[in-house]
Amino acid sequence: MSVGSLLSAADIGMIRGERLLFREVSLSLAPGEAIVLRGPNGAGKTTLLRILAGLTQAETGTIDRNAPHHWVAHRDGLKPHETPREHLTLWARAWGQSQTDIEPLLDEMGLSRPSDVPAKHLSAGQRRRTALARLRLENRPVWLLDEPLTALDADGKTLLLDMIAAHRAEGGGMIAAIHGDAEFEIDMQVDI
Amino acid sequence: MSPAPILSAFRQALDEAWAGGAGALLPVGFFAGAAVLVPLGVGTDPETLRAIGPGILWVSLALSSLVTLERIFQADAEDGSLDLWLQTSAPAASIAAAKTFAHWLTAGLPLALLSPLLLLMFQAQIDGALLENMLFYAIGGLAFYFWGGVGAALAATVRRGGLLISLIVLPLYVPTAIFGALAMGGGPSSVAAPLFLAASTLFALAVAPFAMGAALRLAAD
Repeated sequence: MSVGSLLSAADIGMIRGERLLFREVSLSLAPGEAIVLRGPNGAGKTTLLRILAGLTQAETGTIDRNAPHHWVAHRDGLKPHETPREHLTLWARAWGQSQTDIEPLLDEMGLSRPSDVPAKHLSAGQRRRTALARLRLENRPVWLLDEPLTALDADGKTLLLDMIAAHRAEGGGMIAAIHGDAEFEIDMQVDI
Repeated sequence: MSPAPILSAFRQALDEAWAGGAGALLPVGFFAGAAVLVPLGVGTDPETLRAIGPGILWVSLALSSLVTLERIFQADAEDGSLDLWLQTSAPAASIAAAKTFAHWLTAGLPLALLSPLLLLMFQAQIDGALLENMLFYAIGGLAFYFWGGVGAALAATVRRGGLLISLIVLPLYVPTAIFGALAMGGGPSSVAAPLFLAASTLFALAVAPFAMGAALRLAAD
């Protein structure tokens, strides 16, 4: 483990069914860094992220988590009846931030207009924006993002890239599984 | 440890029950429907109905609890909120207990409140025993829902897990059903039976959350 790392993993290996997904994956995330996971569909990028988040147990290897993390994945965590406002209020409370005023956040995330529309009527991009808004409810040094650019329009992508830049400037780190070009500076690429 | 995640999980489960609209009414309808069908099957002799009424309601209560249990954790696993809950500062067991308790409040307690009306249809006399029985159904129902929650958590990632839930859960319902029926049966055993009924519910409340928590971690794995 490198000194001052936010999150480090050593020799992570994973078996699903009878198939070896990956082995001997090691990484270390320092403040301000971005690590991108790459690999074909089904290679195990999501599984690796879940292992890093503590949701899935790896077959081998050790993980040191030295800072709290945020989690945004394919399944955005919105209930069908939940509006963006309700969703963000709920998680602000669940994370013990009862005083947080979420109106400015809704505004900045471009969610003012659909703020009271149930998630089942939202577009995929609006749902993704709502999930990404969780990143700003609480300041956590590590962001674990699974395909964060999916479903976002051009404005949404710019918004997210700005968020990532600001997060890194403040000393936060990010590990993301991304297909295609990553339009930000990458410190480390993990191929699996 | 802050209780905030647990309260939020409870609140979300309540919201979900109301947002479902007919969701909360479904077990009530099933409960009443099942109980109303019985007199059609066994005839209308008042003595027979009075004797079997409380037992029929126990069976109906057990079956009604299974109607809605399938969804409580399955929906969370599908929409990704299970992942989020498992990453809060609260233990998975406490989140599961909060959600199950909310589910009992919205789906199980209404059944107990309906029980006096149904018992009257079974020719029960109007006396204090009706309210006493209502309490027994509420206490016993709580055990049903907590054991049912264990089955629901185990089947969270199983398609059409309803049958699996029934198979896992029905044996766990046995003590509650036995003591519940004894408590209402009259005779010498009805003095001690309510205590055993309460004890079986307390046991469920103490043990089931940990089983649910472990099962949910497994479901997310």
